[in-house]
Amino acid sequence: MNFVGKSIPKIDGMAIATGKPVYTEDMVPPNALVVKLLRSPHAFARIKTIDTSRAEKLENVACILTYKDVPNRRFTLAGQSYPEPSPYDRLILDEIVRYVGDEVAIIAAADEETAEKAMKLIKVDYEVFEPVLDYEKAMGHPSVVHPEADVHCNFDIGMDKERNIVSSQKIEVGNVEEELEKCHIVVEETCYTQAQAHGMMETYRAYSHLDHTGRLVVVSSTQIPFHVRRQLSRALKLPASKIRVIKPRIGGGFGGKQTGAVEMFAAIVTLTTGKPAKIVYDREETFTATNSRHAMRLKVRLGADQEGFIRVVDIQGLSDTGAYGEHASTTFGVVGQKTLPLYNKTKAVRFMGDVVYTNKMPAGAFRGYGATQGTFALETAVNKLAERLNMDPTEIRLKNLIKEGETSLVSEGIRLGSSTLHRCIEKGRELIGWKDKYPRLEVGEHKVRALGMAVTMQGSGIANIDTASAEIRLNDDGNFTLLIGSTDMGTGSDTILSQMAAEILETTIDNIIVHAADTDISPYDPGSYASSTTYVTGMAVVKAAEDLKKQIVESGARILGVSIDEVDYDGLKIITVNGDNEVTLEKVAELQILGFGGKRQLVGNSTYGSPVSPPPFIAGFAEVEVDKETGKVRLIDYVAVIDCGTVINPNLATIQAEGGLVQGIGLAMYEDVRYDERGRMTTNNFMQYKIPTRKDIGNIRVVFEESFEPTGPFGAKSIGEVVINTPAPAIMDAVYNAVGVRITNLPITPEKVFLAMKQM
Amino acid sequence: MQIEIILNGKKVSLDVKNNELLADTLRNYGVFSIRKGCDTTCCGLCTIWVEEKPVLSCAMLSVRADGKTITTMEGLQREAEEFAQVLVAEGSEQCGFCSPGFILTVLAMKRELKNPTQEEIVHYLTGNLCRCTGYLGQLRAIKKYLGVA
Repeated sequence: MNFVGKSIPKIDGMAIATGKPVYTEDMVPPNALVVKLLRSPHAFARIKTIDTSRAEKLENVACILTYKDVPNRRFTLAGQSYPEPSPYDRLILDEIVRYVGDEVAIIAAADEETAEKAMKLIKVDYEVFEPVLDYEKAMGHPSVVHPEADVHCNFDIGMDKERNIVSSQKIEVGNVEEELEKCHIVVEETCYTQAQAHGMMETYRAYSHLDHTGRLVVVSSTQIPFHVRRQLSRALKLPASKIRVIKPRIGGGFGGKQTGAVEMFAAIVTLTTGKPAKIVYDREETFTATNSRHAMRLKVRLGADQEGFIRVVDIQGLSDTGAYGEHASTTFGVVGQKTLPLYNKTKAVRFMGDVVYTNKMPAGAFRGYGATQGTFALETAVNKLAERLNMDPTEIRLKNLIKEGETSLVSEGIRLGSSTLHRCIEKGRELIGWKDKYPRLEVGEHKVRALGMAVTMQGSGIANIDTASAEIRLNDDGNFTLLIGSTDMGTGSDTILSQMAAEILETTIDNIIVHAADTDISPYDPGSYASSTTYVTGMAVVKAAEDLKKQIVESGARILGVSIDEVDYDGLKIITVNGDNEVTLEKVAELQILGFGGKRQLVGNSTYGSPVSPPPFIAGFAEVEVDKETGKVRLIDYVAVIDCGTVINPNLATIQAEGGLVQGIGLAMYEDVRYDERGRMTTNNFMQYKIPTRKDIGNIRVVFEESFEPTGPFGAKSIGEVVINTPAPAIMDAVYNAVGVRITNLPITPEKVFLAMKQM
Repeated sequence: MQIEIILNGKKVSLDVKNNELLADTLRNYGVFSIRKGCDTTCCGLCTIWVEEKPVLSCAMLSVRADGKTITTMEGLQREAEEFAQVLVAEGSEQCGFCSPGFILTVLAMKRELKNPTQEEIVHYLTGNLCRCTGYLGQLRAIKKYLGVA
């Protein structure tokens, strides 16, 4: 391999590292209108009257729009393949406002100061309702978050909106209650995972203008250009053919930008005024008026026999989707999908529960997408079970986890294509020093160090649903253009896809122009989410490159007047097997494109979707130090041993892993979206909402234990999401091993540890 | 009011409002490497140099910059590229949005501290947040760049 498996630097690395103007806001035309949004101060209210007349009279105000001025067709902002499983439950502006921060009016002015001034002059009279703030009390609450009749579901997701239920789900294989009766031991644990903010450094932003044919062009920092085009088309009642969405460089996404946010507001201003318009959310709006991880309550019951085989896994959950149902049913479903297959010695498994509306900021997609929540609950219960069985936590897993070639109760007969998870556990416990340090060591008078561990799986793309296309052209002077619609948000996916293309085409990275993403030009791709880009788009790129290579060889053989069996191709020229004649790639390109008669530019194409979503796996090990006097937890060491199949780019995969682990450490120990009693988010900036700084993480070690995934490009699976899942349960268990308290409601703060120790 | 600054070696005259922040003034002037990431002076994205010292440009009124020498990433391209090469070789630029503020702080540290320890490096850069990398790759790059253990 010349490129696959090599740490090729990111193709955009130098430009973005040295501050070049390549992000959305850097490209805004200087005359663009500034768009600002008036937001609801109430968690749940109806706009009785709204008076914009004084604001409109201000000089340099271009337009002010209220719910009376926007199209009346409900849509979802969830970036999902059509038909979206998320309900069409929102309007661009609605008469009812459903959370503090919900949009009330759109203001466009020549400059920011005027827009702010105009906002203050808008008079709104609200009829305030009792909000639904506690998701555990949402079901059957007297207030109904979505009373309107025109909420639409593309298919049945178990909605019962009169009871504030967005989605109800149940999967059961075998009879859980009967099998639990037969078990030697049953453990139960109820875990709470909090809402988490993405905290990407580039806040949400977009700008729009009309092009030379009057079409709407939207440039946005988004993970989902094609989905945004569909959202705009539906919400604005504008044919998709009249809309172009362009994604420049993105300053981080983590799933947040898999949900539309700002595009709609810039677009409607441009359509209303005919003028360019920009909208840039500040940090407070990004915290309070976009989306976060779904908070969940998950009750796990595990049953095991005397030998320590896990026979029953039962997870019952409740998820808080907030005011709108973006990703509501699917994140919840993933809780079950990425937990139930793991321990496959089971006789019965079940996952069931509900997702509810509340009057808080909508939840959405966030790296891990339910698997993070499910892993915390399941692995916490498995650690508890191991203790009750008097088994080592690593041993109970080695004994019970699914292996390559095996099936589980929920895998419908499909065998697991690749896994080194057992080796990951063995390697990880060696690296962390399990033998010497587990479970705990006293280090000084009031400090104790302890270990904990957890395993996890994710997926690679969404099986049978998400389909990516790729196109590679041979250009007139022998270089290539790789056209893709996936959205590199800093991960380096543009680079790893060009590595794959270069490998197949036997060319160099420099000889490939990568273009992504522009809905006018790029072939269709759902966008970068669901751990799909390496695996799904990657396979499309491999197949497109193979298609093009075949055409190059055929063309070369034809030019040389021999059959394709009689030539070799080395990336630079096509040469006859006996070596007596050759034609260069440039010449092939030239003869296929330039001059007269019988010409055809060579283009390789592929559209690929996978019938399976092969799981990457991780075994994570934490070493913590707990101060028994204060409850303060310090993370000393974290070891993650990862099976993501073939590692396409070791450096970029390592950074993905380290970044995801630190985000998972944030979830475990620091981060928490909180509200006051009136539904106002109190954690609306980085002073209140603590993401880890470089002082808050201990030593972190990432090791790859490669497998070969037969369905993946060069044997690769995914890496982006799985990395966030293990820190919370591993750290939680380490804290338990240190001081004997299980903090089952994240984050694990010193106060919680201290108070729990007091109650012992 | 009118202020005069030396911006990346050139004298520049700017008309600013009394309550205008230097981050906005410079960005509006076309200094696109400056980004605002938090609005609460705690993310480090908008770091520039004022009189050769790293300063958060979102925490400084433009009027206070009058007569000062201002350096942004645009004025330090060659030195920034030297470090960026190491950072990119490590794969730790990721989304790159925090890079200008981060790199200007690294270059300031290089001038200020001789052979810093890992603790000193981490302490110096604590105010530069990054959500992509988990910071470890950045640390590896800094150590390689400075030639310290």
